[in-house]
Amino acid sequence: MAKVLKVADRRRCIGCLSCRQACARLRGEYSIANSAIEVKTSGGYTGEFVINICRGCEEPACMEACKFGALTKRTGGGVVFHKDKCTKCGACGVACAVNAIRFDEDGYPIICTHCGYCTKYCPHRCITTKEVL
Amino acid sequence: MLARDYINVLYIDLEKQEYRYDQRKDLVKYLGGTGLAAKLLDENIKPELDPLDPAQPMIYAIGPLSFVMPVCTKAVATFYSPHTKEYGESHAGGRFAMAMRFAGIDAIVVTGKSAHPQYLLIDDGVQFRDARAMWGLSVEETGKILRQTTHGSGVRSSIRIGRSGENLVSYAGVNVDTYRHFGRLGLGAVMGSKNLKAIVVIGNNTVDIPQELKVKYRKVYDKIYDRVLNTDLMKKYHELGTPVNVIPLNEMHSLPSFNLQKNKIDFAEDISGEKFAEDNLVRKVACAGCPIGCIHIGQVRREFDSGYEYETINVSYDHELIFALGTFLGIKSTDEILELIDVVESEGLDAISTGVVLGWATEAYKRGYVSLEETLVPFEFGIVQNYIAAVKYISTRKNKFYEDLGKGVVHAAKVYGGSDFACHLGGNEMAGYHTGYGNVVGFAVGSRHSHLDNGGYSIDQSKPKEEDIVKKVYDEELERNILTSLVICLFARKVYTRDIVIEALEAVGINMTNEELTQFAKDIQKLKYQIKAKLGYSLDSIKIPERFFQTKTLNGVLNSEKAHEMVNEYKKMIEDLMNE
Repeated sequence: MAKVLKVADRRRCIGCLSCRQACARLRGEYSIANSAIEVKTSGGYTGEFVINICRGCEEPACMEACKFGALTKRTGGGVVFHKDKCTKCGACGVACAVNAIRFDEDGYPIICTHCGYCTKYCPHRCITTKEVL
Repeated sequence: MLARDYINVLYIDLEKQEYRYDQRKDLVKYLGGTGLAAKLLDENIKPELDPLDPAQPMIYAIGPLSFVMPVCTKAVATFYSPHTKEYGESHAGGRFAMAMRFAGIDAIVVTGKSAHPQYLLIDDGVQFRDARAMWGLSVEETGKILRQTTHGSGVRSSIRIGRSGENLVSYAGVNVDTYRHFGRLGLGAVMGSKNLKAIVVIGNNTVDIPQELKVKYRKVYDKIYDRVLNTDLMKKYHELGTPVNVIPLNEMHSLPSFNLQKNKIDFAEDISGEKFAEDNLVRKVACAGCPIGCIHIGQVRREFDSGYEYETINVSYDHELIFALGTFLGIKSTDEILELIDVVESEGLDAISTGVVLGWATEAYKRGYVSLEETLVPFEFGIVQNYIAAVKYISTRKNKFYEDLGKGVVHAAKVYGGSDFACHLGGNEMAGYHTGYGNVVGFAVGSRHSHLDNGGYSIDQSKPKEEDIVKKVYDEELERNILTSLVICLFARKVYTRDIVIEALEAVGINMTNEELTQFAKDIQKLKYQIKAKLGYSLDSIKIPERFFQTKTLNGVLNSEKAHEMVNEYKKMIEDLMNE
């Protein structure tokens, strides 16, 4: 069974960033700058939080935009990233309609693998993985 | 110092409009937070000059565990306090520590004064930006503007002053992001004296976890995360939050009310943590790196015009605010307390000092020490509108009386009389507990005159033997020197026992033994007292106002002579430490 990451309830988010930290740890970094999941305030703490994640498209626009074969279809949704083929052109990020692809300081796209590690650290079950297929 | 062998200090000179980074290996032994900030203050302070002289430094520091371990969320500021005229140290949560961490800065030292109002944008370097159009704006409005004019959403933090800081009110604070503060001892006035409206830090650098620590770091992080979230150790901070204290303290006859004329109120249930949660709580939010989410946000809807015209106020509340802007002033409803908090937030004042100052002003007015010509509003316990007006008057220095109020209760009582009911301890306005000697003596002798220096109010609640209190207060402050140097939120003090602290440090590559930590705590305590001595401070100066001995505590009516003897006992312990 393949899994994809889902936002279950954005409004419960407290902005602790534990999910971003979890993703960073998996990537071997302390900093959340390169986390594949992004949580930020909209209008400061008085407003609500925004959670930007890869939505696991079945027809990924980012993949269509990539002319170099660096993104291929992932079973269950989303894409698999092949760094060796990436030319850092940035077209995938432009194509993503939900703003889920950001770039690291070297210019490579940060692509969510839908591993679900971040969900284990959400204190309010805002994010979850859903089994597909 | 995370993943490197030096402390990166960012020096900013507002006078010359210059900055430089200094990689200092010699500072590693001060770890961070309290230790590091105290050391940098000691290096840069000008004891011979006024606390608000442009040459005075303003220091911000984070610690080795900041953001990388759960609930290590705070940044520490040190400065020459314009309020107590001695050692100033204040702590704040929010996202500032995270932003500093990933801007690659362990400490910031700001000196000088800008020629006109400015704000600083710190990313890979420092930009000195014009803030003339922001001068006079509220903390909230300034924040909204800065969010539009700077980049880094999600990894950004901004700290700002309100009008009270601009106007040098001695207990003006610095607001961090939204709802968090460097509240106590007047850091806002220091910032105002530098013509500095705000500092924005963008924390978008990458920091790799060293290969050899990857496994260990994840393991220890998980262990602590589990203790934070899946045990009862921090439960109270999440559920009702600190306002859970209102009812028990009231039952214990330990809830300072009506300018400490009373220790118990008959409307506790109307302003309890439970009542706030049921009627006003709309959500909880967290500091970056803490899954607890103790920031309780209460909402109140206010009709500003007829014809169903409403505005909504969202402010965070805590026990200390319910005390200072509630019980201490006799305010009897959650809505009114939230409205008063909102004004204090906008003006950027320290909530505790503001409430206690207004409590004194009310009693002074009722007893004829000050007239209506001076107060402009007929202060009456329980009438919130007067207080809302007065907060603005303090912040804008409306007249001579409010200028005096803006220097704290010690100063105001010196000018108008009524020092016996000016509720300060060691020159700083009291916090929301009247539990016994632990609180009164502990607060008075604490090195920053905060209830969090040594948690004396908590020691009192464990019903200690009287002869043990001073030692407990002394030991607790030493232990907290470690926590606040790392920098661990004090709400997680039960999570971070010594063995956990040692493990957490190991997991980020710092090896310290239990003995070394004990020695470190003592060294930092000494350092703080060295700074105090330079500023002419002596524990002999402590005179606890009569009011503390008139109103009964959980541990009975306190005796002034005995309390001052305890201060003396503490002084001897400090002397012994200094001679070690």
